[in-house]
Amino acid sequence: MNGPRWHVIGSVDDVARQDVIGVAVAENLVAIVRTADDRFFALDAVCTHGRASLTEGFVDGTEIECPKHNGRFDVATGEAVASPARVGLGTHPCRVNDGCIEVQL
Amino acid sequence: MRDYTVGGPEAKNAEENNLVEADWYRPELDRETMRALMVRSNGIAARDTILWLVLLVGSGVLAYLVRGTWWAIPAFALYGVMYGSASDARWHECGHRTAFRSRRTNDVIYHIAAFMDFREPISWRWSHARHHSDTIIVGRDPEIAFQRGAPLLNTLLELFAIRTIVAESKKLFLNSIGRPTTEQADFQPREEMPGSILWSRIYIAAFAGVSVWCIVVGSVLPAMFIGLPTIYGRWLMVVYGITQHAGLAEDVLDHRLNTRTVMMNRFNRFMYLNMNYHLEHHIFPTVPYHALPKLHAAVADQLPTPHRSIWHALREILPTLIRQRTDQAVALARTLP
Repeated sequence: MNGPRWHVIGSVDDVARQDVIGVAVAENLVAIVRTADDRFFALDAVCTHGRASLTEGFVDGTEIECPKHNGRFDVATGEAVASPARVGLGTHPCRVNDGCIEVQL
Repeated sequence: MRDYTVGGPEAKNAEENNLVEADWYRPELDRETMRALMVRSNGIAARDTILWLVLLVGSGVLAYLVRGTWWAIPAFALYGVMYGSASDARWHECGHRTAFRSRRTNDVIYHIAAFMDFREPISWRWSHARHHSDTIIVGRDPEIAFQRGAPLLNTLLELFAIRTIVAESKKLFLNSIGRPTTEQADFQPREEMPGSILWSRIYIAAFAGVSVWCIVVGSVLPAMFIGLPTIYGRWLMVVYGITQHAGLAEDVLDHRLNTRTVMMNRFNRFMYLNMNYHLEHHIFPTVPYHALPKLHAAVADQLPTPHRSIWHALREILPTLIRQRTDQAVALARTLP
């Protein structure tokens, strides 16, 4: 059985500051968030409340807002911080290596 | 008449027809533009909120000073509209938490406005989330205000919030003893009921307090400032609200077919916080009200032509509502670009 491994998902330039993109990693849709101060985070991309894709959402500081119902999640912990989101998102280790974004999954 | 009960028989049909929590049409809009449009502003929201509060308090003070004279009628009319109509848009925008950047400020204004609208704040937050999930999907959407086949008397009564107050009073009572209504149980998680119980008890205590105040002073004057404006100041909110979805399609997955945008003047856009761009709001609810005119311009070529004015919209809505009383298959069609 294979354990989690690091996947190169693209260049840091693929994600604008204060924004999010969606990538398929090991058959999972993952949201890659870049904050204003150039930190990168990887979360499950589907909102736990209304099935909307967070890759269309709004990144505000260290929170991401669902594009459908405005529920919010902490991008570092995945915790639901504003209703109607109640259940947290799964998070995945994310790092930058030589200008490339890598996600462990 | 169709059964509009949330969670009722039509809910099963909606499920079978894949209309529940479905994917909806979205116009094309480049990500950079979209990101810029979603940015929140404490400054703009503070300006509009302060102006609203100044008009609210100012007209209230004026009404108090001229009480007992004929001047009290226009003064209370203005106060009532600021209390019972303008609060609706503040409730709505702060409910989405898009008005201010600060979540706490959004929540404070949301609760104040919810009280003015006579809406228990927790259940209405969930009701509105469902309205955005399943907009005008019969059996799912708890906020279908203008139901086909309903007597026109309902609309007239709603100008004074009569039906809303009856329904909400029943809900407040049930919630205060720990019970959700049947419809509420369909869209509000059980874990969120403690909040509804608390706020229902607060509302009941507040309105009981105002009633006692009126009895003690032997005058209805306290209620003219707290409570009754929801009734006598509601009419403008209904005029705005009827333009949102009335007469349009049901059970579709394209907001262009069930939601309309109506151009309004600056005064109405201030009172309504740009919710006249209702179609754009439904497609992109993360865009704050102050950015909706820019959003409208960015996607206008992909949406139906907006109505020129409130009157222009009413001219198609009112005859359609009358026809729908006897023929519920009637719906306004939209030409899509």
